[in-house]
This record gives sequence, structure tokens and C-alpha cells, in this order.
Amino acid sequence: MTPSLALPLLVPLLAGTLSLVAWRWQALQRAIAVLGTLTLLACGLWLLASVWQDGIRVLQVGGWPAPFGISLVADLLSALMVVITGLIGLAVALYSLATTGKGHEAFGYFPLLHLLLAGVVGAFLTGDIFNLYVWFEVMLVASFALLTLGGEKAQMEGAIKYVTLNLLSSVIFLMAVGLLYGLVGSLNMAHVARRVATLDGGPIEALALMFLVAFGIKAAAFPLFFWLPASYHTPPVAVSALFAGLLTKVGVYALYRVFTLIFPLGSGQAQQILLWGAGLTMLTGVLGAMVQFDLRRILSFHIVSQIGYMLLGLALFTPLAVLAGIFYIVHHIIVKSNLFLIGGIVHRLHGSYRLEHLGGMYHRSPWMAVLFLVAALSLAGMPPLSGFFAKFLILRAGLEAGAFGVTAIAVLVGLLTLYSMLKIWAEVFWKALPEGSPRIAVLARGERWLMLLPVVGLAVCTLLIGLQAGPLYGIAEAAAQQLLAPERYIEAVLGEEMVP
Amino acid sequence: MEALLAVIVGILFAAAVYMLLRRSIVKLVIGLMLLSNAANLLVFVTAGLRRGAPPLVPEGLAAPPSAVADPLPQALVLTAIVISFGVLSFAVVLVRRAWELVRTDDLDRLQDTDR
Repeated sequence: MTPSLALPLLVPLLAGTLSLVAWRWQALQRAIAVLGTLTLLACGLWLLASVWQDGIRVLQVGGWPAPFGISLVADLLSALMVVITGLIGLAVALYSLATTGKGHEAFGYFPLLHLLLAGVVGAFLTGDIFNLYVWFEVMLVASFALLTLGGEKAQMEGAIKYVTLNLLSSVIFLMAVGLLYGLVGSLNMAHVARRVATLDGGPIEALALMFLVAFGIKAAAFPLFFWLPASYHTPPVAVSALFAGLLTKVGVYALYRVFTLIFPLGSGQAQQILLWGAGLTMLTGVLGAMVQFDLRRILSFHIVSQIGYMLLGLALFTPLAVLAGIFYIVHHIIVKSNLFLIGGIVHRLHGSYRLEHLGGMYHRSPWMAVLFLVAALSLAGMPPLSGFFAKFLILRAGLEAGAFGVTAIAVLVGLLTLYSMLKIWAEVFWKALPEGSPRIAVLARGERWLMLLPVVGLAVCTLLIGLQAGPLYGIAEAAAQQLLAPERYIEAVLGEEMVP
Repeated sequence: MEALLAVIVGILFAAAVYMLLRRSIVKLVIGLMLLSNAANLLVFVTAGLRRGAPPLVPEGLAAPPSAVADPLPQALVLTAIVISFGVLSFAVVLVRRAWELVRTDDLDRLQDTDR
């Protein structure tokens, strides 16, 4: 029994529709939110198991043969990303039950959450480049609405920057798709890849760079990241956690897909640009974080810095490096979302994100402090947590590929990340609560469990990946092999016979 | 025809970028509109233009007898127009809400999020 590829797409779409139908019954919406994301996670795991067993799976939507119809394709990377999407979706849905205000829920928080997840899953599963654009837009529109839900002043300002730069990126993406179609006459990614391989020269290089810029903005790579620290700290914290975990990583996924399948790196300028872009992304992100004194802004800048590591994995373009990049993406999504969720609990207790107003958390709730340390030290790459293996693999790949300059930057950034995390530790958990701070809130019993459950769950995932890195390493290794041998992907989509 | 449209696309892009770089929020939105129209027109032109040859197969034949216009870019443009319409209406509402809260039309004064 194998799952249909459409299943992980249909689940969030159906859950979103049902939540819309249940617009007035918020208890029902909350139940659907948890059930829907749980089902998505289960479907993702099922899909991953089936792809692991049978290799790349393809669904020709509507029975139209490729390259005429739209293909849904799941290779190991796609399936792995769907699993992570389900996991983060579930964690955020649970957390939202306790933290989302009645006002937000009344304006469609849960339907938008499902729609966003559908867009993310669609982007991971599609095998058609225009369809990828459409899923990006689904995801973006949902994220615009989630970002502005609540309508505070800072949210509006952040949203203007977010909307403008993401629209710009969409337009560049759309132009690149149009020009690509004009050049090769197809939109099916496998078919495009086969035709692009027979061409070379200026137009292909230019197109590759257009895709690089478009996805670079989405992924928040240097120098195109400014929208991220301007907006990610403004919405309710559950939304921040969801965005921090998933949205930029869809851009990274698109880069991985396009630059292994359609424009394989290894020749041309894209690789050099990506390599140094990755180094500068790491460095500017972490330097930006160092001067911030708002918990969520520090974490936002760290997203940028970590994106650099993932891009480095792609840019080095050796089997080990791509493996490391995939490992890094999975580790990062879990840890980053968790840090935002913990930040939300801190805010709930103290009513502030400013480091100077916080303190004494270790004294009050030592277990919270331990949970933060697990996530924070993992982000900085301390053994035996998940981040250690991710960073170790990347650094090793960098040294083996002879990219010493960028590898040195990666080591330095790891150190600065540790500094930044310890700054949060010292200010929020270690130092005494400053005089004149507002009264510390007390969480109701049910609320506390709903907020702690996702945090503990994600922390356990981090620990498991760290202590038992074997399974994820194996999946990432096989996924990297699939990415670096695009012929198998092309053959799976187009069939054995040669489509010219 | 393609050459003329290519020039128009170029002009639209230039105007859009100019508007995007202005300090007024309203001009920013106008810039976004021009930008998405320029992209739509570009997609429309890419596959080449052909007059008076609809992509229809006459009865009894399996393929059109002569070269026909490519319908796919038009389908893409339709999709893109709908998407950009939706997103731009959102942007207009957003700008209005932002103006109500911030009471300024000057992008340089939107600095709350940078502190």
C-alpha cells in the first residue's frame, strides 16, 4: 500500500476548507488544526517510507502524461521536507491553541495556517516550474495575511517591507519562468533540464542568475535579506516560529532543486556567486545579531546567518556537502522554530522581548532554561546535539573541497553564534530580574502544557538527531545522491522512452 | 511586433523601478503594479506572437495543418494576472491600514521595526 502523492497536499487544503466552514465554531477549528497537522505529519512519514523503499515517485495530475500535464514528484529530499513541514505545523498548531488571541482566531488564523502549509507542501512536491511559482504565491498570500493579523503598527511597517521585497522576488521568478519557456518550450522541470543540457551560453547563464536572485530573496541570502529582520519579529510568536522554520527554507529548497536539476552547478558563475554569497550571508547575519537587544530580532538575524550554511552546502556541490546541507536544513528548522517558541514563553511570563527587561528565568523555572540550552547550544553547534553534526559535516565538506576561506568564515560564525546564544542565556536566564520589572505572569495549567508540549517535543527531536544521527544521515546521504544524479529524476518523470 | 513589445516591457520596468525607489508609499504601490504588468507582458511575448492562427485542430485532423499561436503563455499570463491582482489588492489595503496607524506617506519614517 503506497500513499498517493496528492495526499500531503489534500490534507492541509481539506483542513483549511473545513476550518473555513467552521468559521464560527472556534473549538472545532482548534480541533481541526491539531488533527489536520497531525495527519499531515503522518502522511509525510508514510510518503518518506514509500520513497525510501521504491525510489522516486511520480504522479501525473489528471492523467496527462509528462511533459504536457503537471507532475507531482517526490524524491527523498521532497519527502523529508514534507515530514518536517508536518512536524513544525503540528508543533505550531498546538502552541497556537494556548497563545493565539480570540481576535486572531476570529479573523481566520487557523484556515490561513493550513493554507500556508498547503503552499509549502505544494512547493516541495511539484515537478513543474510554473506550478512552483503558483505554490510560492499561495504560501506568500497566506503569509501576508498571517503577518498582518492583529494589525499593530510594527506589523504594518514590517509587512510593507516584507510584501514589497517578496513581490519583487516573485516578479523576477515569473520573468525567469517566462524566458525559460521561451527558450526551451517546456515547463516540466525534468523536461526543461533535459533540454537545457543541450544548450549553453549567455541566455542560460542569465536565466540561472535570475533564478538565483529570485530564490535568494526568498531564502534571505546576502545581500537580499533585509526584509527578514524587519518583519519576522512583528507577528504573534507562533506565526514567527512557523515563518522562521519553514518559509526561508522553501527558498533554499528551490535553490537546491533548480541548481542540481536544471542548472547543475560546477560550471558557470552561479557557483562562485553562491559560494561567496553563502559566506557573506553567514557573516552579516551573525554580526547583525550581535548588536541586537530584542530576543526575537536576535533570533531573526540568526536565521539569516544559518541560511548561509545551507547555501554553502549547495555551493560546494560535492556529495558530502549536499548531504551536509540537507542535514543542516532539517536540524535548523527544528531548532529555530523551537527557539522562537521558547521566546514566546519568555514573553508570556515577562511581557517583554527586550533583554534589559528580562532576567531570573533560571531561578524561576530551571527546566525552561535547560530546554533553551538544548536548542541554543544546538544552534551554535555544540556536541552532542544535532547542530554539531550539521556543522561538522559542512566544515569537513568545505575542507575536502579546498574552500578554506569560506570554511574559516563558517568556523568563526559558529563561535559568534555561541557568543550570541550565551548573551541571551546570561541576560534572560542567568542575571537577576532587574528592579521595576512588570509583574511576572502565571500560566494556567492547560496553557502551560500546551506551550511546553511542542517545545519539549522539538527539543527531544534535537537530542535524538544528535545522539542517534545515523538514520537522518542515511536519508540525507541517499537524498544527496538523488540530487546529484538528476538523470534518475528525469527518467522517473518522463519515462524510459526519450522525450526530445 | 515582438521588438515593439520588448521596448514597452523595458520602459515599464524602468518606470516601475523608478517608482519603487521613491519615498512615498503610494508610489511604491504604483511601482509594484507597473512591475507585475511588465512581467506579465514579458511572459506573453516570450514564446513569440502570431496573428490570426488560433490553436484549434480542424475536424478530422489530428494536428493543426499549419503553425499556430502557442496557447500556453496566454494561460500562464492569465494565472499570473489573477495572482498579481489578488496580491496587489492586498498591498493597497495594507498601505491604507498602515497609513491609518502610522500617519505618514514617507517610507523613511517607517523605522519602528529597525529599533
